[in-house]
Amino acid sequence: MPHRDIGKRSAGWMGLSRGHKARPLEWIAEKAIFAVSLSTILMVFLIFVFIAKEAWPLLAGKMNSAASQEVIAPEDMDKLSAEELRVYLEMTKAEFAAKDRETLQLLMELKAEAGAEAPDDKDAEINTTELRYLVKPYQWSDYDKPEYIWQPVSAIHKYNIIPLVIGSLKTTLVALLFAVPLALGAAIYVSQLAPPKLKEYVKPVIELLAGIPSVVLGFFALIVMATFLQSVTGSHSRLNALVAGIALGIAVIPVVFSIAEDALTSVPRSYIQAALALGASKWQAAWQVVLPAAIPGVFAAVALGFGRAIGETMIVLMASGNASIMSWDLLDSTRTITATIAAEMAEAVFGGHHYRILFMLGMLLFAVTFISNLLGDIVIHRLKGRLEGKS
Amino acid sequence: MKLIKHLFVAITALGIGYSAQAGNITVKGSDTMVILGQKWAERYMQTHPQTKVQVTGGGTGVGIAALLNRGTDLANASRKMKPKEVTDFVKIYNKRPTEYKVALDGLSIYVNDQNPIKELSLEQLDGIFTGKIKNWKEVGGQDSRIVVYSRENSSGTYEFFKESVLKGKDFAAAVQTMPGTAAVLQAVAREKFGIGYGGAAYGAGAKDLAIKKDAGSKAVEPSEETVVNGTYPIWRYLYIYVNPAIDQGEIGSYLKWIRSDAGQRVVKDIGYYPLPENLQEK
Repeated sequence: MPHRDIGKRSAGWMGLSRGHKARPLEWIAEKAIFAVSLSTILMVFLIFVFIAKEAWPLLAGKMNSAASQEVIAPEDMDKLSAEELRVYLEMTKAEFAAKDRETLQLLMELKAEAGAEAPDDKDAEINTTELRYLVKPYQWSDYDKPEYIWQPVSAIHKYNIIPLVIGSLKTTLVALLFAVPLALGAAIYVSQLAPPKLKEYVKPVIELLAGIPSVVLGFFALIVMATFLQSVTGSHSRLNALVAGIALGIAVIPVVFSIAEDALTSVPRSYIQAALALGASKWQAAWQVVLPAAIPGVFAAVALGFGRAIGETMIVLMASGNASIMSWDLLDSTRTITATIAAEMAEAVFGGHHYRILFMLGMLLFAVTFISNLLGDIVIHRLKGRLEGKS
Repeated sequence: MKLIKHLFVAITALGIGYSAQAGNITVKGSDTMVILGQKWAERYMQTHPQTKVQVTGGGTGVGIAALLNRGTDLANASRKMKPKEVTDFVKIYNKRPTEYKVALDGLSIYVNDQNPIKELSLEQLDGIFTGKIKNWKEVGGQDSRIVVYSRENSSGTYEFFKESVLKGKDFAAAVQTMPGTAAVLQAVAREKFGIGYGGAAYGAGAKDLAIKKDAGSKAVEPSEETVVNGTYPIWRYLYIYVNPAIDQGEIGSYLKWIRSDAGQRVVKDIGYYPLPENLQEK
């Protein structure tokens, strides 16, 4: 039996450390696994490139969402030079070359039809995809004061993203305020105070929460929690940031719990033993020795929880009421970035400005979750280094 | 062994069955029209077993995008194609897509069963959904804030309501959006002071309102008669778009059948309203 040989010569796990010469198959397996893990990095990169590519024309300022555009009467087609006509019809050179006169005439007519449909509005000439309309309030016609308005399907497309950003932050904040104390408390209890027998049951049960599909949580929030919370808070809208935030918190608890619990458990036993030897109670040791030592890990847990909360879609889509109100009131309905993308992408005209704005929101979200996860990761590494006495 | 033999027979049968289907029509688009489309397909296949019709949803925009890249033969649409979409189509196929009106849809306005309000005028609806009217007592009801529910802006119903009732104005920011007609209905049924819109109200808890064209006119309840003769003011067409190059043979006869008496009977069964006589195919 070859297995026994390995054991005797201590060749490392499955003989890996002996190099490829001794075990070619294992060498291949090792490289294959490496390639697979590399491919996930590549995948993340490709996804980002894809999202950025779709959003690029918008970021580069090449989109124009102005409702009214200059119209040239179809009869005047011959007065334009070929190049002018091509630019007017927004075609590439290859597309333009392939069209016959009749088709070009038809495109001219369509352009005129679109122009005729354009609203008679003082804002019709505004390109609403410019940065200042995306982030600053503006007094649109029909409104009494400058406002932050997200109304993408409208005669004048209003793409102010601030209400959505606030919506996302609001629900995430509620989720973290709800989840972090609970998850941290549970982590401290399970890792430091609980009898080993109990720990064996409690830990998997809390981690089981992560297995609840978010759509089920959302459904629960929509039907049960919303009614209950409305009777408690007396809120005007049944579905609001509080309901969505708490449901989101339930989804975040297992994330924060399992990382915080790992961090607390990985604090060396000697710390606790030293504290106990000096006369500290179990609780004092946990609260004043172990927790401070594991603070970076706890921070990482919160950062990852934040990433999970801000990126979660289904729960907020179902339970937040999805009204894009500019308000910090937790009892108002709210609309998050993720829910907006999920709800609006299916009907957005492909390659249109609405489509690109949604991709830009996706990019924003990607950047935020990426940074929060990265931050969490860096801090975890620092914790490891510190506990091993390297820093 | 026997099992393998059975499997083999089944697979060959499947293969033959598949190749025997002369016509395979794919339909994609509006979620509002999925059930209608599937029912059409089912009835049509009963009488035309040689044709196979596959219907999927995804949304009007998705259906039209699929029409552009040949991902589907027919696109269901609960709104007219937008100029940008028609332009994109012309850029690829050099022709306009063919548009068929295939059914009528009346939008109901619903409120909670316990709400004493029975009728509203279009003007009042406009005020409620744009946020100018905030309290039920302003329209003759109890003294309580109005909780307004709408559909997501990706829905054709949303756009239709915005154009025909709000005359293109924006919904108030405080309007809550729901992912489907059923969700709006359920929300209104649970919220005593709620109001929402969508297809005809099914189920308990909410009721349809009668609508007045203006303050002086008579209030009209939505029904087949009032929608088809145009006295109920909030109605729209449902469309099917097709590439004119393939609008013949199987596909052509399917489209004809949809607009014929038999096809329009299905429309009635599903709860939409049939086309007026002059638009039907004889």
